[in-house]
Parts: sequence; structure tokens; C-alpha cells
Amino acid sequence: MEVLLGITGKDFVILAASKAAMRGPTILKAEDDKTKQLNKHSLMAFSGEAGDTVQFAEYIQANIQLYTMRNDTELGPNAVASFVRGEMARSLRSRNPYTVNLLLGGVDPITQKPHLYWIDYLASLAPVPYAAHGYAQYYCLSTLDKHHHPDISLEEGMKLLEMCTDELKRRLPIDYKGVLVKVVTKDGVKEVEFDNNRIVKSA
Amino acid sequence: MSGYDRALSVFSPDGHVFQVEYATEAVKRGTCAVGVKGKDVVVLGCEKRSALKLQDTRITPSKIAVMDNHAVLAFAGLNADARILIDKARLEAQSHRLTVEDPVTIEYITKYIAGVQQRYTQSGGVRPFGISTLVVGFDPNDKTPRLYQTEPSGIYSAWKANAIGRSSKTVREFLERNHQDDMDREQTIQLTIKSLLEVVQTGAKNIEVAIMSPGQAIEMLPDDQIEAYVKSIETEKQEEAAKKKTGRGGTTTAAILTRGGGEGSESRE
Repeated sequence: MEVLLGITGKDFVILAASKAAMRGPTILKAEDDKTKQLNKHSLMAFSGEAGDTVQFAEYIQANIQLYTMRNDTELGPNAVASFVRGEMARSLRSRNPYTVNLLLGGVDPITQKPHLYWIDYLASLAPVPYAAHGYAQYYCLSTLDKHHHPDISLEEGMKLLEMCTDELKRRLPIDYKGVLVKVVTKDGVKEVEFDNNRIVKSA
Repeated sequence: MSGYDRALSVFSPDGHVFQVEYATEAVKRGTCAVGVKGKDVVVLGCEKRSALKLQDTRITPSKIAVMDNHAVLAFAGLNADARILIDKARLEAQSHRLTVEDPVTIEYITKYIAGVQQRYTQSGGVRPFGISTLVVGFDPNDKTPRLYQTEPSGIYSAWKANAIGRSSKTVREFLERNHQDDMDREQTIQLTIKSLLEVVQTGAKNIEVAIMSPGQAIEMLPDDQIEAYVKSIETEKQEEAAKKKTGRGGTTTAAILTRGGGEGSESRE
């Protein structure tokens, strides 16, 4: 029951990932970071099979860095997404494929437009304005459908995220220990404060 | 040709491996590269081959290459050989990050580069790398500047300041006379450019300079700034020369630029 959420706005992408590291019904860690920065303005959030997730993310990170140094070119979010999808597709057709779901958020360094990509373990890739993985899809997409606009400000984006996490708190049977929130802008990636302690009563 | 330079891994009777010595010769014919350590900075300076009229200088590769965010390399010798070595170093830098979750130390990557160079002096069917390198940078979470040199034989060594390539001896002697410990950023850049001007006659447009500071990415000094440094150094030299002239009342022209070594071929940088 891992939660990954992504919301784009006017000039930013918010990525949120649940902080609980779980094994079966047990929470092993309550401060887990399920995100990895790939270059200055792309951030990847991942969930799925324990072990696979970090392994795949680190592999992608190292290869993006290597490509950048070999070719003296920063990859834009679309290029990163294509590369990640390609690697996922290659892995899928191997003897033991990675079981990892991903959200990839980035701001194009040239056009300064935000991009969000939804990628799953079957190597589907979809550019989307907002996204969720796992059970969060069932609970959050309707909220996002109703309230999201492409040109929302960061404050509105955070408010929207709070509506989503409130709904998750209300409906999910397991405490996912709150979310870690990072924002990608043209200036790079930074973690932002997020109040996870607000009590939400179920109906 | 004495027959002992046919196969690479064969010694001559007096203990030389000729192919390695030829590789060192290729380095001597390459354009000059200088590395200087300051207090909390390390600077690389390179002689650039002057571009032909129709050459696009924007996309002509530089002699200074980034191996990782914190580790940079400059080389002298065969350009094409350097590309291969740099690629191997970059791969190792990322591989190291992946396996131990830490960036490489400068000594580690130097040792790796030297290791590759050594391997190419002892394997069949290959020839040594015709390059020497200056590896500079800062170890992760450390503010001590690092400067290493590698040679085609696979030797590596640590330096406060050093030069490789054409006329490197002249430049090294200049550095030996003028290097001080604990130089600040300005002084270090100045010394680097000054030492290069000992052998680069064409001045600012044939020099490139890279600066490394702790925890920061490589900084290439813009052309106009290099030009400003060159100008101030030249006026300084002229003033000194004038002073000597009036002092001695002699007629000798001071500040004769020395230049040794032969002309390199097109492929050498």
C-alpha cells in the first residue's frame, strides 16, 4: 500500500511518496525516501518490489549522469522518460524483470514547462497532468479530475495534494506514515514542508 | 628498429619497453597542460591549438574533460586516445557511485586511470595510450585540493603544481620558481596563466582555463576574463622589463619567451 502522487502546475511539478517502508503488514521504517533525483531538474518517485525499486532507480540515476558527462548535454524530462521506459521495456523481456512503478517529474530547462510521466512495471509510459500509483489511484484521481487545472500555482497545488492525502487517510486501512513531498521547478528540486499530522476523521 | 619494439610486451636487452617510450614521446609533442593547486582551489590551464579559418570552434572538443561532478582531467598527447581513456574513467566514476554509494576520490580515479594505462603496456595486440593526464578535483566532503599526474607507463604521482606536454620542462621550472603554498583563487589562476604564457606565444585566444572549488562543478573561465588576465600579466612584464632597462641602462630586451620542442601533428592536442 505505497502511495505515489504527482501534480503539475504552471511552472512546477509536485511529487509525493509515502514514508512507510513495508514488508507484508509490518512497517520497517517510517521515514523512507522513495524518490531519486536524476539530474538538476528531474525527479523520479518509485514503488514496488522491495530491492527492485532502489536498484532500478540507482541504475537509472547513474546512467543519466554518465550520458550527461559523455555528451556534455543535460537531458530534458522527455528524454529521461524515454530512456527510463526503454530500460524498463528491456528489463521486462529479461529472465527476471524489475517490478517497479514510477512517476517522473521534471521541468524542461529550455522551455521551462513542467512535465509529469506515469510509468509502470510493464513499461507503459504516459505524459499526464497529474498521476497516482497503487491504491492512491482509486482514491485520488477523482479528486484531481475535479480540481486540477494546468495553470495552478504552487500553493493551489499543495492544497490539492492535501485534499488527496486527506482522502487517503480517510479511506486507506493502513497508516502509510504520511508523505514526503518534493517540488521540481526551473531552479531544481527541493523538499517542502508538509503537515502529515492533521487528523482526518472517517465518515 | 632493433626488433625489440615489434611486440609491445617485449623488453629490449637493456630493460626498455620501447613502445612505452614512444608513447612518452607522443606526449611531449602534444600541446601543454598545466595544473596548479591553491589553498582551496585547483586550476587547470591548457594550450589550445589555434583553429583553422573554417573550423567551428564552438563544437571542437576541449582538452579538459569532466569525469564526475567533482573530478576533472586535462591531457597532453593523442586526442583520440584520450577520448577512450576519459570514457573508461567516466564509466568507473558512475560504477563506483552505484556500488558503494559514494563518489570516487581523486586518488582512486587517478589510480584507476593509471591502472588502465599500465594494462595497455603489458597486453598483447594493443599499444599504450599516447597521453599523460592531470587529474584534479576535491574528494567528497573534503576541502583539500588534489592534483595528480598519470603517464603512459602507468605511473601516477601527486603534485602541488605540474605541467605536461610540449615544453612542459620550461613550464615546470617556472612553476618551481613561482609556486607558493596557500595561494588564493586569484593568485592561482594568475600563476596558471602566467606559466602557460611562458610557452604559448599567441596569448589569450589559445588558452583555456578551468577552475575547481570544493563542492562545486567545474567552472570554465570565460574568454574575456582570460584575456584580461593575459593583458595584466603582459603589462606587468613590460613594466618589469622597463625597470631593468633603466636600472642597468643596457640594451637587452627582457622577457624573451622560451619555446622548446618540435611541432606536433594535427592529431595532437
